[in-house]
Amino acid sequence: MMQSTFPYLSLAIWSPIVFGLIVLAIGRDENPTPTRVLSLIGAIVSFLVTLPIYLQFDNTASAMQFVEQAMWIDRFNIQYLLGVDGISMWFVLLTAFITVIVVIAGWEVIEKRVAQYMGAFLILSGAMIGVFTALDGLLFYVFFEATLIPMFIIIGVWGGPNRVYAALKFFLYTLLGSLLTLVAVIYLYMESGSFQILDWHTLPLTMAAQVYIFLAFLMAFAVKVPMWPVHTWLPDAHVEAPTGGSVVLAAIMLKLGAYGFLRFSLPIAPDASHALSGLMISLSLIAVIYIGLVALVQADMKKLVAYSSIAHMGFVTLGFFIFNDMGVQGGIVQMISHGFVSGAMFLCIGVLYDRVHSREIADYGGVINTMPRFAAFFVLFSLANAGLPGTSGFIGEFMVILASVQFNFWIGVLAATALILGAAYSLWLVKRVVFGAIAHQHVADLQDLNRREFFMLGVLAIAVILMGVYPAPFTDVMQVSVSNLLDHVSVSKLK
Amino acid sequence: MENLNLALALPEIFLAIAICAILLIDAFSKSGARDLTFVLSLGAIVVAGLLAYADFGNPTAYAFSNMYVSDSMASLLKVFSCVAIALTLIYSRGYAGDRGMIGGNTLGGEFYLLALFSLLGQFVMISGSNFLSIYLGLELMSLSLYALVALRRGHSVSTEAAMKYFVLGALASGFLLYGISMLYGATGSLDLQEVAAAVASGNVDRTVLVFGLVFLVAGLAFKLGAVPFHMWVPDVYQGAPTAVTLLLGGAPKLATFAIIIRLLVEGLLPLAFDWQQMLTVLAVLSIAIGNFTAIVQVNIKRMLAYSSIAQMGFMLLGLLSGVSNGDASQAGNAYSSALFYAITYVITTVGAFGVIMLLARAGFEAESIDDFKGLNQRSPWFAFVMLALMFSLTGIPPMVGFYAKLSVLQAVVANGQVWLAVFAVLMSVVGAFYYLRVVKVMYFDDPVDQVQLAGSHDMRVMLSLNGAAVVLLGVLPGPLMALCAYAVMQSLGGV
Repeated sequence: MMQSTFPYLSLAIWSPIVFGLIVLAIGRDENPTPTRVLSLIGAIVSFLVTLPIYLQFDNTASAMQFVEQAMWIDRFNIQYLLGVDGISMWFVLLTAFITVIVVIAGWEVIEKRVAQYMGAFLILSGAMIGVFTALDGLLFYVFFEATLIPMFIIIGVWGGPNRVYAALKFFLYTLLGSLLTLVAVIYLYMESGSFQILDWHTLPLTMAAQVYIFLAFLMAFAVKVPMWPVHTWLPDAHVEAPTGGSVVLAAIMLKLGAYGFLRFSLPIAPDASHALSGLMISLSLIAVIYIGLVALVQADMKKLVAYSSIAHMGFVTLGFFIFNDMGVQGGIVQMISHGFVSGAMFLCIGVLYDRVHSREIADYGGVINTMPRFAAFFVLFSLANAGLPGTSGFIGEFMVILASVQFNFWIGVLAATALILGAAYSLWLVKRVVFGAIAHQHVADLQDLNRREFFMLGVLAIAVILMGVYPAPFTDVMQVSVSNLLDHVSVSKLK
Repeated sequence: MENLNLALALPEIFLAIAICAILLIDAFSKSGARDLTFVLSLGAIVVAGLLAYADFGNPTAYAFSNMYVSDSMASLLKVFSCVAIALTLIYSRGYAGDRGMIGGNTLGGEFYLLALFSLLGQFVMISGSNFLSIYLGLELMSLSLYALVALRRGHSVSTEAAMKYFVLGALASGFLLYGISMLYGATGSLDLQEVAAAVASGNVDRTVLVFGLVFLVAGLAFKLGAVPFHMWVPDVYQGAPTAVTLLLGGAPKLATFAIIIRLLVEGLLPLAFDWQQMLTVLAVLSIAIGNFTAIVQVNIKRMLAYSSIAQMGFMLLGLLSGVSNGDASQAGNAYSSALFYAITYVITTVGAFGVIMLLARAGFEAESIDDFKGLNQRSPWFAFVMLALMFSLTGIPPMVGFYAKLSVLQAVVANGQVWLAVFAVLMSVVGAFYYLRVVKVMYFDDPVDQVQLAGSHDMRVMLSLNGAAVVLLGVLPGPLMALCAYAVMQSLGGV
């Protein structure tokens, strides 16, 4: 572990939280501009403090970097222990980046309780970075659960007509999974005497214990990812959440679950992971194929993108459980790309919703005639969603399919159908909404993107294309950590 | 009487003299708001608390020929009882004054004096090391509380609650006394240390012992409000004036915890196998019935009553986990986790009822959950305080309630009862629903009652500090946990 000279990670976690608290304290609805400006400054500052983590990251080291350690709760030997490696590093930056985008997205449309909206997102951002950087099991759990509170409030206060149902479902479903994980965490503490995740990685466990621990962690992470069949909270939550909430939910919060598989399930219970990999691969393929088909028949744009998120995350978990380098790296790349792409898709839908106040596909048609610049972005992001080479969506999917074919030809074939289904639902959505003749009067009255929206979508478009054309910065970072993880997972640690 | 050691009992002696003095001053005060009595009562509580705190860290010592024990656990519990009663008096002053419970034509400052008497009873209970002194303290506390419940004259609901509480309470005290008499008959002594020695020696008739133990546990379960002796709790919590509900629901739990430890752990440890089984049944039933029944409540006081049944069940889980394999440090862990749970529960409950009283006004009881609608729009800060308190009771980080649940779950898992921990965790998710409903109503609904919150300045300040304490203790729970651990180890280890 490389001890940090400067607490970059603590800064990354606490600066958005502090800014969020200040915004909450001083914000007033009568004059929202200072609140918005301060939130934007806070989000940008929080993003800038994460840049040194990228610039000073050592791609060749497999150990944890930027480590910070302090005793927190002596009684249980719980430490305030932070660190990043190749697996988690990009997620810290992604989280801070998406927060900036979300603050910009909510600039005009949120008019009631602006301070609470912005404050909730900033605090949520800090908590999510905490999840990705925590190296102490209980610290991870505290941040993991702490993300529920702001998201619950965001969905419930600024969401759509059925928001209360969606918020409660989201909260209770995720809570149930995580509380079962708490028992597993406590059990691991009893066995090893410490809460540090790295100690758990080397702890020998019997097969029965490993299976129970794997299943307990699976409960939390499967709900979070989400995997079929515990995915039903996601369409409701995405549809009812405000645009910013959907973006954060899709871009970051789903990744918390997948990250949990890599940081907990695989290294702590490697034998169980191998034994249950058949189950995990089956669930992933069901998500990819079945949910892809479900996405095809959706009439609500947001629901369609929600189901497509589940299908993409199915790819991620598939990549993880075939246990080879390309698969795991492909899964992580897919996670980052999906962060950009699905975030951008939800923002596009938000742009339309702000104007027309409808998410039904039937209410649109021929948008390109009145909003050509928007249409360009929408088509680009939909193609990225479908996995077009040249966009970031292709890289991850290609690597996972390649790895699946190496593992088992037929699994590779089934996984490859994702490309077909992805193209089907994405392109059909685009065709119905964007192309063709103008279908309704309100479409004829649409105004094209203003400068704020253009900036938001433009930045994301650049990210998507850059990552699609030159993914090396992403894969180089994770190379060593992933091979280290897989080496660890391939060794049995039965007691 | 050998070893009189009057000096040890200084807090109780001071409190008794102060009560007499305040009683006389109050009797001769001009009729009015009794502010002088209020200030003097607070002063008496503060001084008593400081005197109790002065004993913390001193070795265990006995007074009144072993009827009174002064150890660190007693000191800690007395300090927190003082804090709870002081907060109660501050929160209740306006509420009780509006309802003719303080001052006016017929009453003087009896409210404050009865509260002080109940505090004195709690002090005696906490420091009791003889069956008789424990019973004496218990009755002093209970009789004061019975009178307090009935204090709102002419309000039939309160009178009914008082009757119910008195009759059932007398019955429970009878059970307790009967159990004590059997134990006295079997062991030949009322002193807890001598009883423990007699039982350990094995020369005592076991049937009589267990018989007495059953009645003892039944009496204690009633006082705590554990199923199946819980029937009084919802009716009394709902029927009593909210100020008195706060008095019954807060500090007495600490005193009851103290006597459970003294009687069962210090006095009857050799019978641990028996009372552990009884407590398991009580705990499981309380957690299940308390959580499920609270879901359907529309009156928030009744909901909090059922929630207190469930929370006390959780605390009992901690108490029953200390026994199995005679490992002293594990026992200490378990009991200190139960102590930490009790203390944090009392701090949180006092705040929750305080918020209910903040919403009430002359002629308007804020008893229905619907009265909380839109509190976020009426007063964002107090809505946040209530949010913190509700999430703390659910056990969501970063509030202190999470750490309380964590400690108890850790004790249960350490005892080898992983399935009990899983059960408790599942019930917590059930519990989350009704706590979330309060948050949902505050944040997601529009207000029906737009009146400004009426609450005196001191009450608002203390309530804010109370809410902040719940969050701050959640960020840094270590010190309080360490204090609890130290107190329990010193009390059980030292003689």
